[in-house]
Amino acid sequence: MSALSLDALLGDARVVVCCGSGGVGKTTTAAALGLEAARRGRRAVVITIDPAKRLADALGVPGGLGNEPIRLTVDTHAGDTDAASGELWAMMLDTASTFDGLVRGQAASPDQAERILANGFYRNIASSLSGTQEYMAAERLHALHHDDRFDMVIVDTPPSRNALDFLDAPSTLSRFLEHPVFKLMMLPARRGLKVLNIASQPLLRSIGKVVGGDVLADAIAFFQAFAGMETGFRQRADDVQALLRSPSTRFVLIASPRDDTIDEARYFAARLSASALPVTAVIVNRCTPLFGAPFTERPADSLTGALHDNLAELHGTARREREQAAELLADVATHATAGTVFVPTLPGDVHDLGGLEAVRLALCADSPDRSAQ
Amino acid sequence: MPPGDSLNFVTAARVTIVAGKGGVGKTTVTAVLARAAADRGLRVAVVELDGKPTLDRLLPGIEVLHLDAAQALADYLDERGLAPITRRLRSSGVIDVVASASPGIDDLVVLGKVKQLERSGRYDAIVVDGPAAGHAITFLTSPAGLRAAARGGPIASQADDVMAMLADPARSQVVLVTLPEATPVNEVIETAYALEDRVGVNLGPVVVNAIDDGPLLDATAAAEGSALRAAAEFRNSRRQLHAAECERLADALALPQVHLPLVPGAHLDDEAVRHLVATALAARP
Repeated sequence: MSALSLDALLGDARVVVCCGSGGVGKTTTAAALGLEAARRGRRAVVITIDPAKRLADALGVPGGLGNEPIRLTVDTHAGDTDAASGELWAMMLDTASTFDGLVRGQAASPDQAERILANGFYRNIASSLSGTQEYMAAERLHALHHDDRFDMVIVDTPPSRNALDFLDAPSTLSRFLEHPVFKLMMLPARRGLKVLNIASQPLLRSIGKVVGGDVLADAIAFFQAFAGMETGFRQRADDVQALLRSPSTRFVLIASPRDDTIDEARYFAARLSASALPVTAVIVNRCTPLFGAPFTERPADSLTGALHDNLAELHGTARREREQAAELLADVATHATAGTVFVPTLPGDVHDLGGLEAVRLALCADSPDRSAQ
Repeated sequence: MPPGDSLNFVTAARVTIVAGKGGVGKTTVTAVLARAAADRGLRVAVVELDGKPTLDRLLPGIEVLHLDAAQALADYLDERGLAPITRRLRSSGVIDVVASASPGIDDLVVLGKVKQLERSGRYDAIVVDGPAAGHAITFLTSPAGLRAAARGGPIASQADDVMAMLADPARSQVVLVTLPEATPVNEVIETAYALEDRVGVNLGPVVVNAIDDGPLLDATAAAEGSALRAAAEFRNSRRQLHAAECERLADALALPQVHLPLVPGAHLDDEAVRHLVATALAARP
């Protein structure tokens, strides 16, 4: 069984979150869904987190994508005069500058913002603290959702197990802010003590021995500069939570017909389920195409015999892949209201808009609402 | 050379670190190399960093050690007399902050654990399934980065020890894994140059995984529009793409290649791993 209802998936969606492990074609799928949304007359923006910059290649953006969305010149009609004229925009998440923007937005004064942005500990957090990328993806999602230029935001999540960490409330950052160590570090700001006095606390002195005194001093200075901003950050985390729980937010699981990517899809499904969020669609990419069943008898001559063997092998593989994926994903797929689709491997790589259009067509091919038209 | 011999390189160093982007089959290659080493009579340990049980299932009879970066960091702090605080740090996730205050410290302690295993004398071959999400470069550059930042003390000496291991070809090698497709090949080329420039590790062969390398079929022998014809053309286009990408990789990187054939179907198990060990092919650029 393979059918994806694009109406159910994209119809009144405002946010589409694509989850899956690396190498399953998540970025390409997100872009193809954006293209389909544009053809449906929507103003869609795709947020990608793709270090390989291949979405920029695929979309024919010469200078590459940056942290600000740019509008792509796509033919939303593609020969189909019924298609509506929407817009397709794309951007690539820059974690550090998104974090900088958030700090500027939440700071009480430009001076407070500058003190934080110049802090060495902050620079490390902004670029390498685990979970920051996921958190900033959610932050960007929130900002674009409230941007009048767009009526749909499609998110390509980071290729990590932690991609859905932003579902957790309180967020990683709020958790740090609650911790006694940080309360201790924030003390000087409240009581007018000096950094040195705080650094001599036994607990902090121990930490300082491991990470180095300079690093610790930076950390203390960061938390002092941060004082007063926790509430704003927490409020922002709550707003993102509310957006993800909105009925117009859709979660799409993307896998390929391999044990490891299916395991990851199941992991993400369990993660969403634990947060009481529904999976709307399951997309299994890179399946061996179905060309039809082979003849029952193998032809005797070696030439067509070889072609017969090839068809039989591909057919067997294609069937096995679909059966195994369907079985492993059965419990997830039952609740996916927009259905499950098996997308065949394309003969070549997707590296231009033509390739993206081919992926879009493959997603549409099994769509009951399309075939009914 | 007979197919099986293409994996002899696994005996070249005591530690083999398998690295590559997500989805290229790093875990499969780890399993193949570990099995090949065990077949050669070596005492093998596999080190895994993701907390996934896959390798235990793929490698019956081979010891799989699950290393967790947060745990390794906590152990490291414990060993330095900080046991009273590590539990509190861990329970609140603040250990992440220690890690981010000193970027790379968690990678360094993981490599430090690998170095301990290598020095223990208990194993002849240690195969490390590198970190996921493709941060092979940051993983392997962590010792050099921290060494530069730390002027002395425990981190500096730990970084020195790990760098000595990474620099010695008898002690360690890095095996990069890719797929015969445009994006993964571009990425593996970039990674190889970055590793050579910044870390000075010893690169072993590049393993190209899941290659469909059979002969091209004569598609024209079947009627146009038939399933036979379409299937043959599809197969040919994949095989041509794979051959072209292997060639492009050979032009860009003067490293030997080892080709692992595509295993059709979804399920990888012990038997499939043994099949790959037997069919791995050496290809010289």
